[in-house]
Amino acid sequence: MLTVEGLRSRYGRIEVLHGIDLDVASGEIVTVVGANGAGKTTLLKCLSGIQPVSAGSIVFRGETLTTVPAHARVRRGLAQSPEGRQIFTNLTVEENLRLGAYLFADDKVERDMQDAFAMFPILKEKRNLAAGGLSGGQQQMLAIARALMARPSCLLLDEPSMGLAPILVAQIFDVVKSLKALDVTVLLVEQNAFGALSVADRGYVMETGRITMSGPAADLIADERIRAAYLGI
Amino acid sequence: MPELLQFLLSGITVGAVYALVALGFTIIYNASDVVNFAQGEFVMLGGMITFFAHAAGLPLPLAALIAIIVTAAIGVALNKLAIEPARGAPVVSLIIITIGASIFIRGATQLVFDKQLHRFPAFSGDQPILIGGATILPQSLWVIAGALAVFICLWLFFTRTLIGRAVLATANNRVAAQLVGINTNYVMTLSFAMSAAIGALAGVLVTPITLTGYDVGLALALKGFAAAMLGGMGNPKGALVGGLLLGVLEAMTAGYVSSQYKDAAAFVVILAVLFAMPQGLFGRKSTDRV
Repeated sequence: MLTVEGLRSRYGRIEVLHGIDLDVASGEIVTVVGANGAGKTTLLKCLSGIQPVSAGSIVFRGETLTTVPAHARVRRGLAQSPEGRQIFTNLTVEENLRLGAYLFADDKVERDMQDAFAMFPILKEKRNLAAGGLSGGQQQMLAIARALMARPSCLLLDEPSMGLAPILVAQIFDVVKSLKALDVTVLLVEQNAFGALSVADRGYVMETGRITMSGPAADLIADERIRAAYLGI
Repeated sequence: MPELLQFLLSGITVGAVYALVALGFTIIYNASDVVNFAQGEFVMLGGMITFFAHAAGLPLPLAALIAIIVTAAIGVALNKLAIEPARGAPVVSLIIITIGASIFIRGATQLVFDKQLHRFPAFSGDQPILIGGATILPQSLWVIAGALAVFICLWLFFTRTLIGRAVLATANNRVAAQLVGINTNYVMTLSFAMSAAIGALAGVLVTPITLTGYDVGLALALKGFAAAMLGGMGNPKGALVGGLLLGVLEAMTAGYVSSQYKDAAAFVVILAVLFAMPQGLFGRKSTDRV
């Protein structure tokens, strides 16, 4: 579904991705784990189109996306839930969700919104409040729900568990797992390697702009080096 | 009493002009946080182009329509040629670009047209209407109706339409806007076109009362900016109330104190209001958590 080959990207003169190869098959949950600063977020930004690519290619459902602008990638079914607080703080929760379905104006938008409220009941409670007043965890839920409103065939999730209380982390990973039933393919970027690998089918390990290991998630969890470096076991 | 009513009526007329200019600021500000200081030039262009098209023999409504369309196109050009290439620059730099654009448009107008003051006929004649001992020009009613109509349209645009919310979303978080599929370049282009068209409409409506010339834009932009700040930048309701309030304040000061003090009195009141309410009367409170 999504194939990345030799992807390079730079901030000014500093190259941060040194040739990434990665592929995601339809229906899979694939995770990219790695330490802070490894370039995981940059990789996702390249995929969603908000970070320029200096070399390599991104092919999504048979179409080369490398030069397609970000807003047009959403139309093709590739949506990103960005890291941290990338929500519309001065709009209400409901308006944020409605804008998530910006490309659609049919009856399904309302049903999708009810689905989002069912997935995150707290958002329903706060639907008429300004999103800027939500807690960090609630903003994270809103970012995920908003990305789902775009009816993606592939969802890019950037650090969904970051800064959340442990109970919420578990809830977020449950949601990720449940996306499989909704036929949404997921590329999940996480520092929380154990949580991410537990819900994923396959995983990639990223270090300083390179993929250093890859394989089935179960194998990676069992790997001694990964246990030592990322799982703290 | 007729005296007070007279001051009130002329204040509302002038205030409606300020409100129209302030409403023009609203859209670009909402889309980009940029205060477009070329807004006054849009008003000037609306009047000037209408005058010259009318003088060339076109009927007035057609001349006005052409002026609004041409001005909207100039607004789009301003965005494409000056603002978009500087994307990523701080807002202050973008505001300075609009000041430069305003000087450029003023100079170009001087060359393309001339330096004279111009006027075209009022839409419904010049016979003043008597109201309770005071009088008002029919054209003033056009200006007031124009300001109200633009206010209602903008209010509906921002609160009832998806594209209106997309404009707000673009200003709030451009990256997130792109991630939900909003073409932010298109939103910017649309905002400049709408702002310029509203400015031109203001120029068309007020020229029969105030005359137009290549250099009328600056003063209008300053008063419109003051009105927008008073009401709360970015809020159509604030622009309308701020504009009317500023106009009435000026008229009252000119009538009861001295016309020399009218600008001073208005600005003193604005300073006092902003001192107590820095967001303006209807400004949005920022509720970001950090």
